[in-house]
Amino acid sequence: MNESMSLTIILPLLGALLAAAWPRRGVFIGITAVLLSGLAVGWLWFSLLADGPSHQALGGWDPGLGIRLQVDALSILMLSMTALVALAVSVYASHYFTRRSQAERFWPLWLLMIAALNGLFLAGDLFNLYVTLELLSLSAVALTALGGKRAGIAAALRYLMIGLLGSMGYLAGVALLYSAFGTLDMQQVAAQTGDDPVSQAALIVMTAGLLLKSALFPLHFWLPPAHSNAPAPVSAGLSALVVKAGFYLVLRLWTEVFPDTLSTQGVTLVAVLGGGAILWGSWQALQAERLKLLAAYSTVAQLGYLFVALALFMSAPPGVARELLFGALVLMALTHAFAKSSLFLAIGVIQHRAGHDRIAELDGTAQRLPATTFAIALAGVALIGLPPSGAFLGKWRLLYSAISLDQWLLVVVIGIGSLLAAAYVFRVLGHAFGRSALSVQAIHSVHEEWPALLLALTATLLLGFGSAWIWPFLEHMA
Amino acid sequence: MPDAATLYGLLGIVLAGLGAHAAIVQRDSIRRLLAINVMGVGVFLVLIATAYFGPNQDPDPIPHALVLTGIVVAVAATALALALLRAFERSDDE
Repeated sequence: MNESMSLTIILPLLGALLAAAWPRRGVFIGITAVLLSGLAVGWLWFSLLADGPSHQALGGWDPGLGIRLQVDALSILMLSMTALVALAVSVYASHYFTRRSQAERFWPLWLLMIAALNGLFLAGDLFNLYVTLELLSLSAVALTALGGKRAGIAAALRYLMIGLLGSMGYLAGVALLYSAFGTLDMQQVAAQTGDDPVSQAALIVMTAGLLLKSALFPLHFWLPPAHSNAPAPVSAGLSALVVKAGFYLVLRLWTEVFPDTLSTQGVTLVAVLGGGAILWGSWQALQAERLKLLAAYSTVAQLGYLFVALALFMSAPPGVARELLFGALVLMALTHAFAKSSLFLAIGVIQHRAGHDRIAELDGTAQRLPATTFAIALAGVALIGLPPSGAFLGKWRLLYSAISLDQWLLVVVIGIGSLLAAAYVFRVLGHAFGRSALSVQAIHSVHEEWPALLLALTATLLLGFGSAWIWPFLEHMA
Repeated sequence: MPDAATLYGLLGIVLAGLGAHAAIVQRDSIRRLLAINVMGVGVFLVLIATAYFGPNQDPDPIPHALVLTGIVVAVAATALALALLRAFERSDDE
């Protein structure tokens, strides 16, 4: 096995250190490190396709004592999502910050966040997951406070407290598991968990902590202020990537570590909360007066879809339909990452050009910023779940599963959620296409507008038309 | 009478529960931060208790390493929280 696995963590980490040591070269170091770690992910693709899922014992220490990295289809898809979104956001961020002090602080934290994400997606033992989870929280919180405004700092503080509480819950579960089974390696733990009280207690505290971190309704209250008060590139990273980490961990724990521990009541509870998230998040997004708050509440709703899909997946009987639902779930997570980062970057462009992000005052935006408005429309297509976006395929499968499992309430919830999503997207577009009183010159700015546009195109076209391989890939490389 | 390790473990669970409770109900940021630290200490106690096998036996070194890592993380997080709190207070003055 080659070293590409550890390189995806080492390269951004090294970049973070270098960017902290030479803040003036931050942009160059940042873009280079993101590119190189993206290449390492590409290299990992090659070895995964050639050798299948594999693991690497860091430093040659055996699992149990040492830290094991592992890669399979799910982790490489998450890594690729991180690499591509991070690259687009980095290009945008290279020209975003007007104050040099902000730019100099952005790059080390941003690279640390990417290193933590990559580490989390590759980690094969429960304690290493805790460490990456904390690194992710700390870098994300510091990034949130980067704007330096009072509201941003307050949001970051709350975000940190919630994050700490969540990781402590997770760590308590790890302690329980270690006391019962004497190992932290996920495979070794998974071989011993059952419906005993210790496994159940560990499952409950770990899941509760992670649901808090992934902002599942009604534990989402910290997310909208944090995501809407951060600088635009940070919001994009937080909403597209960081929230996925918590969801990814719940997915891993439920399907691989605790498959025999999970109770029907637990799954039902998460499905109900997910349904609540869809309705409440979409409704709040429709009420929002500022674009960034709209995008943040839309994330709350989209996380609801992911958890509903996970709950349905856990309760579906084994078979083809279940495998199809798993692919749909992954595709929805990927599509949301690209669509939401695109939306936040596009909002950043509008905020920069217009000086505000108030939805009611967007008149003329379509004339002034045609490419950005197009990006918002494309991202909106993916957020609503219209064809040909990847989210459409995902939601279609989700509805199919809900119907075949007789979960009619969920069908209704998903329907209402999609209508609300259409309403909040078209509300923005309606204002953006409103005619401006003044005749304005259209602005085109490549580095500012293209990242959002490319991300939206990936979400809507690439993941819609070019995603059929994901299903067999997930099945063969599990 | 339970043995020492069990006692420590139970004490850790109680501390973790108290900390979690206070972290949720307290409104003041400093108190909440302290509560989270108390919760962390409780979790660390549980981990340390699992390392103890008896008076004449070597303890398990892994939980010690985990708790050391955990303490480093907790110190870093607490420092970040305090720095944010100070930044917040300062932004109040302006």
